[in-house]
Amino acid sequence: MKWAVIEFPGSNCDRDAVQAIAAVTGDVVDLVWHQEAALDPYDAIVLPGGFSYGDYLRCGAIARFSPALAGVRAAAAAGKLVLGICNGFQILTESGLLPGALLRNRQLQFRCEVAELEVVQPDSPFTALYQPGEVIRIPIAHGEGRYYAPPATLDELEQGGRVAFRYARDVNGSERRIAGVLNPRGNVLGLMPHPERAVFDWMGSIDGVRLFQSMRAFWQRQSVAAVSASGGSGQRGLG
Amino acid sequence: MNQVLQTANGTGAQTVWTALVQVWLKPSVFDPQGRAVEEALHTLGYAAAAQVRVGKCMQLQVRAAREEEAADLVRQMCDQVLCNPVMETYTFTLRAKADGAEDAP
Repeated sequence: MKWAVIEFPGSNCDRDAVQAIAAVTGDVVDLVWHQEAALDPYDAIVLPGGFSYGDYLRCGAIARFSPALAGVRAAAAAGKLVLGICNGFQILTESGLLPGALLRNRQLQFRCEVAELEVVQPDSPFTALYQPGEVIRIPIAHGEGRYYAPPATLDELEQGGRVAFRYARDVNGSERRIAGVLNPRGNVLGLMPHPERAVFDWMGSIDGVRLFQSMRAFWQRQSVAAVSASGGSGQRGLG
Repeated sequence: MNQVLQTANGTGAQTVWTALVQVWLKPSVFDPQGRAVEEALHTLGYAAAAQVRVGKCMQLQVRAAREEEAADLVRQMCDQVLCNPVMETYTFTLRAKADGAEDAP
């Protein structure tokens, strides 16, 4: 499996993501500059945390126009896995690949702590190795992570099983304590917490490991299905 | 709105318009900055202050022959970039550049 971590001007969790993913999957992980639009060689694309373009205008608002986002859209449309972490999540909502928006934390505080997350949707390409309702510990570090969407959209997300993670307690004022959401097909996930910061014992938690391993397991199943099936695409969304 | 000072008359001459764009969080969206500023005003003794909201103000120039054209351009920019319609709204005003239509290239 081949992974791309997209590096924007102002990304600062890009190398963490590369190292974490390589360590827990043993796969090839390339750091790809955001000017690259051709992402076809990659099976999964990660938009890392940071402050792309200095958070100018709105978080993720400028990065959305980077050439790499064309590649990200194509990958998402092709059913490949796209993961947006923190600023990456903000870029995905700004680009319309995920619904909603991320606003300034309700308490006006930058929250930097280990958050407890409830795995709400354990049946997705990103969460299959977690137990239903399992509570995991993943660090958060953001000033603008308050998930917002109109009530109708929130209902749609909940009913469609597209809330992947929920904060066990309110940390930033997010609507319905939402920490991560999926697209309708289930192959694009955005979350504010940083799974790449929870992959070694010395980090205080290794609960992020299974997120990347879930993605890898999904890719393996897909590859097997693609080889064995003649007509079926082997693609699997939610549920 | 000011008048265009030199009319185009089909010659393609364009006016420079200054747009002042204001972007606000939708009224239904909680604005923690506004709340903090309001509380600070109350602390300073301005008990009369209420409903404080903090928004953004952007200024830009566009070239267009007519005001409607300039307004269309600014509206497109707001819809696509300057404002995120998920949680924000915008308003803008246009003003023709006072010293005439032409800027030297």
